[in-house]
Amino acid sequence: MPEEIPAQPVYGPIAKEGLWNNNAVLVQMLGLCPLLAVSNTVINALGLGLATIAVLLISNASISIIRNIVRPEIRLPVFVLIIAAAVTSTELIMHAWFFELYQILGIFIPLIVTNCAIIARAEAFASKNTILPSLYDGLMMGLGFTLVLVVLGAMREALGSGTLLAQADLMFGEAAQAMTLTLVEDYRGFLLAILPPGAFMGLGFILAAKNWIDKKQREKQKQLNLVTETSSS
Amino acid sequence: MSSNLIRNMLISAGLLGFFGALGTSMVLGIHQVTKEKIDANIKANLLKSLNTIIPAQSYNNDLLQSTIQIPVSSLLGNDNATTVYQAKRDNKPVAVAFDITAPDGYSGDINILIAIKANGDISGVRIISHKETPGLGDKIEATRSDWITKFSDKSLKDPDEKQWKVKKDGGVFDQFTGATITPRAIVKAVHNALLYFQDNRKLLFLEQKEYDLLNPPKLVKQES
Repeated sequence: MPEEIPAQPVYGPIAKEGLWNNNAVLVQMLGLCPLLAVSNTVINALGLGLATIAVLLISNASISIIRNIVRPEIRLPVFVLIIAAAVTSTELIMHAWFFELYQILGIFIPLIVTNCAIIARAEAFASKNTILPSLYDGLMMGLGFTLVLVVLGAMREALGSGTLLAQADLMFGEAAQAMTLTLVEDYRGFLLAILPPGAFMGLGFILAAKNWIDKKQREKQKQLNLVTETSSS
Repeated sequence: MSSNLIRNMLISAGLLGFFGALGTSMVLGIHQVTKEKIDANIKANLLKSLNTIIPAQSYNNDLLQSTIQIPVSSLLGNDNATTVYQAKRDNKPVAVAFDITAPDGYSGDINILIAIKANGDISGVRIISHKETPGLGDKIEATRSDWITKFSDKSLKDPDEKQWKVKKDGGVFDQFTGATITPRAIVKAVHNALLYFQDNRKLLFLEQKEYDLLNPPKLVKQES
């Protein structure tokens, strides 16, 4: 994993790393199991994304606090323990206060524990930095993950069921029922988009789009460099 | 040297144990805080789904407390004892609700909640969980189509025995384009539940103690 941790972490680059340059899904290819399984609607995607952010914040913060006590030889089991405790706590809290959402996400909340992005952040960032940058890194990595989840969820929901934000009331309360957008009336549904293959294809398109944007930017940069070189010489 | 090694091992083990205890107590604490809320949620949710098929105005007992356990029967399709919720008004039977399993769905078991009125008419049917194909078989969910509501007020007499099938098999119930197996499995399971109710109507409104006294000889008869 290409990873450069500056001695003094700067907040701007951390955000850029998490959201784009080192995005958990698009670059590190981590956490694909929950991503592909839960991205069939925007609300499911948002729910899992927020739960993942919560876990990342708790795990990054606690690991950063204890980073000087834990010896290298036992650090991985300790990280796993902390992450497992954070996930279980998040699950219990969702079960208590977001019951309906919990019912939909069901098995995928405990599965956050298998999201390698979380232990990767613990190992690569939180174990080497103070608490505030670690929290910020957790937030940004989580946001990057959530962003991809929501985009994929929106693509699949729009194509598959012709709606956006269906069942928003499960997350934001009864008033949010009006948030549901029906894009096409009497849409017959495009089954492939909702089924797992649709998730793989959608992710493929998002990856392609990201690489294309990166390539365009590099070319622009190159041209800019050329221009400045020629003008300065 | 070796005592140094042992000392290091002990410190590591102690640290690991400490973090284990810390993590466990954290989960334990949160469990304590959320336990009541979670139990209340589960109960409220159960009552809500029961009330979709037994109108809350029709009974006045505590539905979640008036339950009995009935043994496994091939007509119910469940692997374990089934809980029967008894709705009564002024101690007179109104309806019972229990869950049944359709074992022959397109992709495995379909869990169904059914309520039957004391006179043998269906009060309502809802799907609890299923693994049917999204977009095809999932029209059995009440949120996706009104198919499941078509069972209301049906009974063993209406339609008659031969008509308790999907239209494709010569019955009265619709199937879905591209999905016949799912509705067929549910129609069959609902019909079986009605047969079970017919055989056990008196027993299902008893209290557990009375039920246990009367039930054992019945059990053998039902194994068909």
